[in-house]
Amino acid sequence: MLLPHYLGLLESSEKQLTEAFEHVARKHKDEPDIEQMCQKLAAWSREHHGRVQGFVAKYSEEASSEPGDLKRDLFAEKRSGSLALLRDLHDLWLLTQEVQLCWIVIRQAALGLRDEELKACHAFCNPRTKRQEQWLLTRIKQAAPQTLLVATA
Amino acid sequence: MSETRDSIADIWGARTGYEGQWPVRVDERLEAEPDHWVQSACVLCSNGCGVDIGVKDGHIVGVRGRAVDRVNHGRLGPKGLHAWVANHSPDRLTKPLIRRNGKLEEASWDEAMSLIVQKSKELVEKHTASSIGFYTSGQLFLEEYYALGVLGKAGLGTPHMDGNTRLCTATAAAALKVSFGADGQPGSYTDLDTTEAIMLIGHNMASQQTVLWTRVLDRLAGPNPPKLVVIDPRTTYTAEKATVHLTPRVGTNVPLMNGLLNLIIEAGHINPTYIKAHTQGFDELKQIVAKWTPERVEQLTGVPAAKLREAAHILGTCNTLVSTALQGVYQSMQATAAAVQVNNLHLLRGLIGHPGSGIYQMNGQPTSQNTRECGADGDLPAFRNWGNEDHIQELADLWNVHRDKIPHWAPPTHAMQIWRYCETGSIKMLWISGTNPLVSLPELDRARRILAKDDLFVVVQDAFPTETTKYADVVLPAAIWGEKTGCFTNVDRTVHISHKAVDPPGEARSDFEIFVDYSRRMDFRDQDGNPLLSSTWRSTEDAFNAWRECTRGRPCDYTGMSYAKLSEGSGIQWPCNEQYPNGKERLYEDGVFATAIDYCETYGHDLETGAAHTHDDYKLIDPKGKAFLKGVDYEPPHEVPDEQYPLWLTTGRVVYHFHTRTKTGRSRALHEAAPDGFVQLATEDAARFGIAEGDMVEVESRRGKVLEPARVGGIEPGLVFIPFHYGYWDQADRPRAANELTLTEWDPVSKQPHYKYAAVRIRKAHA
Repeated sequence: MLLPHYLGLLESSEKQLTEAFEHVARKHKDEPDIEQMCQKLAAWSREHHGRVQGFVAKYSEEASSEPGDLKRDLFAEKRSGSLALLRDLHDLWLLTQEVQLCWIVIRQAALGLRDEELKACHAFCNPRTKRQEQWLLTRIKQAAPQTLLVATA
Repeated sequence: MSETRDSIADIWGARTGYEGQWPVRVDERLEAEPDHWVQSACVLCSNGCGVDIGVKDGHIVGVRGRAVDRVNHGRLGPKGLHAWVANHSPDRLTKPLIRRNGKLEEASWDEAMSLIVQKSKELVEKHTASSIGFYTSGQLFLEEYYALGVLGKAGLGTPHMDGNTRLCTATAAAALKVSFGADGQPGSYTDLDTTEAIMLIGHNMASQQTVLWTRVLDRLAGPNPPKLVVIDPRTTYTAEKATVHLTPRVGTNVPLMNGLLNLIIEAGHINPTYIKAHTQGFDELKQIVAKWTPERVEQLTGVPAAKLREAAHILGTCNTLVSTALQGVYQSMQATAAAVQVNNLHLLRGLIGHPGSGIYQMNGQPTSQNTRECGADGDLPAFRNWGNEDHIQELADLWNVHRDKIPHWAPPTHAMQIWRYCETGSIKMLWISGTNPLVSLPELDRARRILAKDDLFVVVQDAFPTETTKYADVVLPAAIWGEKTGCFTNVDRTVHISHKAVDPPGEARSDFEIFVDYSRRMDFRDQDGNPLLSSTWRSTEDAFNAWRECTRGRPCDYTGMSYAKLSEGSGIQWPCNEQYPNGKERLYEDGVFATAIDYCETYGHDLETGAAHTHDDYKLIDPKGKAFLKGVDYEPPHEVPDEQYPLWLTTGRVVYHFHTRTKTGRSRALHEAAPDGFVQLATEDAARFGIAEGDMVEVESRRGKVLEPARVGGIEPGLVFIPFHYGYWDQADRPRAANELTLTEWDPVSKQPHYKYAAVRIRKAHA
C-alpha cells in the first residue's frame, strides 16, 4: 500500500506550510496584518500537521522519505524590498496548493478504505486550508497593483 | 447672552417623562438676538439634531433646537449649544499656506492649487494615480464626499480613498453588510419611544449622543420604563442608569455575546418561525455559542454567571428591543464578529423591522454615513459591490467613463493600508481633508514619522491649525458648517439640509468648491471629452441631484428628495422614492434583506481571516434575501498585560468634547468644563502604585508614554482609561495624547484599528 507515501507527503507539506507562515510573519512584521494573520494561519497548519501525524503512524512503520522539499526553492533568502511581500505570499499560496492536492489524493484513498477517522480529519483540515488560500489570494490581489505599478524595488 | 439651561452643569436638561410621543422641549443658547434664523442640523455627533442657526449682522450668534425635527424634538446637548462659537475663532485658517524653505507661508489660491495640480500630474505621469491617496473625514457634507468620490474614482482612478471613518464606523458598516447584505441601519429613533428594553454595548450614549440619551432618560422617567442592559468595563453615566451592568474584561466581547446568545437559545427564547423563514446559518451559530456556558463566560470575561443570566433574561423575554453598539465593540478585538452578534440577537428573536425594535450599529461622526454612502471611503457609491461587474458598469454609465477607469480590481484600500503605503513610499501624495490624524491615529509617533517623510507630499484641508497642518506642504483653508450649504445623514438614516448662514472667514472655501476646482484644473474629462464635474456641477444642489441619480434603486435611495423638500420639513429618512415619498421608517419590515446576489453590497468575508468571498463563492450560498447568522469563537487580544506592562489601557470620550477638540476646544465653556486629559484608575490600582487623586502619572506602553493627572475610581481593577481628545495644539508642555500608547493593528474584516486595548505600566511622576 502506497498510502503512507502520500501521508508522508501531506505531513511534510503541512510542516513546511507551518514554517513558511511563521517565516513570513517574522520577516514582514512591519505589516501588522501580515504578522498577525500569518501567525494565526501557522497555528492552523501546526494543528493539521499534528492530526496527520496520527495517520502516518497508523499506516506506516516509518514515515516516507519521499517529501520533496518544495520550500528549498521557495522563499529565496535574499529576497527584499517591495516585491518580497508579494513573492512570499505567492509562495505561501503555492504551498497551500500542495497541501490541498495531497488531501484530494488521500481523501480518495480514505473513501476506498472506509476510514471514517481519516475522512473526518480531511473534513476538518481541508476547509481551513482553503480558507488559508482565500486569505492569501485576497491579500495578493490587494498588494499586486501597488507593488507592480508604483513601488520601486 | 441667554440660554434655556446651563448645559455644562445640566448636561441632559429637565425630564419630560413619556411613553409613545416624545414631548417637545426647545433648547436654545444665544449671545445676541438674531435678525434671522437659518435651517440646519448639528454636526457635533452622529445624532443629527435639527437646529436653527441664529444670525445677526452676518455673524452666528446662537442656536436653537428645531421643535418639528423628528430626531431631537427641539433639544440640544452641550456640544451643540456651545461649539458653534468655534466658527468665529480668531485662529481660523483664512489663507492658503505653502511650505517654502521649510516654513508654511501664505499664498494665493491659484499658487496653492497650481502646486497641487503640478505635483499630481507629475506623479500620475511617473507612477500612475496609485501614487496618490485621499484621507477624508466624517465631517464634510454629502455633496462634498460625492465630488471627492467621483474625482478620485472616475477622474484620477486611484483605489486609495478612505477616511477617519475607518477609525470610528467601519465596523458598523461591516457588521451590517455581514448580516444584512448592505450598509444601512434597520431601525428608527422612534423605536426608543415604545421599546421594552435597550441594550448598549460598548456605547456610552450619555456622553456620546447626549440628546438621544435624553430620550432614554425621559422614557426612564415615564410610565413603563424600558429595562437597560449596559455592557461596559467602566461605570459611565450610561452604566449608572442600567438595570443590569456587565463589566467584561477588555477584549472579551465575543465570548460575552456568545454566552448571552447561548442562554437565550437554551431557554427557548428564540423565534423559530422567523429564523426559518428569514435567516440562514442557525445550526452553525448554535454550535459555536453552545460552548459558552455562563460559567465559562464568567471565567474568561469576569462577568458573574448570575448577572449574565439576568441580562439574558431581559434580552430573551422583552417583546421589543433596541440595541446599540459603538467603539467599545468596534475598536476592540474581534470587532466585526462581536458587532454581528448584536445583529444575531435580533434575528434570533425576530426583533427587527417593527416598531420598538431596532439595531444601531452606531456611527460616531455626524456625516460618516455619507462618507460610506458616497464612495469617499473604502466603499463604492450607493452601497455598490466592488466585486460585482454590473455595479461597476452602472457607475461607469453614470459618470460616462470606461469601467476600468474605476479601480475595482481589489477592495478599495483601507486607511491603515494607505498610511502603510505612505510609510513604504509608494503613496507619494496624501490629501487629508477635515480630520486630524496626528491626534486620532494609533501609535502617533509612527504617524508623525510618516507625515514628516521628505518623499510624501502632504495636502491638508481644514478650518483650523491642527497638529496635522504643521506637517503639511500645502494647507487649504476650509469653510465649515454654517458657512456652506449641503446635506448629511444621521445614524437612523435621517437626511437633513444645512443651509449657509454666514460667509466663511477670509479666503476660506468650502470643500466642495476645492474639489470641483481641483477637478477642473486637472482637466478630468468623461469619454465624450466633457469636463467631469465642473461642466455640470455649479452648485451643491447640482451635486445633490447627481447623487440622487446614483442612488436610484439602491438601498439608500434618495430619489424622492430635493433641496426644496428637505428645506420644507425637518429631516427625511432614506429610502425616499416614489414608493416611500416621505421616507421609510424601518428597513426589513418584510424580513427580506439586501442579500440577493445582484443587489448585495458585498459577497462577504471570512469573519476570522477577512478573506474576501467571490461572486462564484456567493452563488453557492445566495440567500436570496435571507439574513446571515454568523458566529466565531473567541480569540485573545494580540497584546496582553505581562510583568513589564501589567495593566490594560482603554481609551474613550468625555461628554464635553468631540474628536480632537478642533471645535469644542475653541469654545471657552466646553474647554473649561474639561480642560485637560487624565488617567482614570481603580482604587485598588491607585493604592498598589502609591497614586493619589490629582497626582501626575506616567503611563507607558511599548510605543510611547504620556503624563496625565490621576482620577481614582469608577473603573475595573487592572484597567486604566485615558480620553482620546487631547493633543498638542493648545498645550504642548507634556506628552498627553492617548494615541501615543495605542497599537497599529486592525480588525481583519472592517480594518478598524484596535484602540480599546494595549498593555501599559504606570508610575507616579516626580516633578
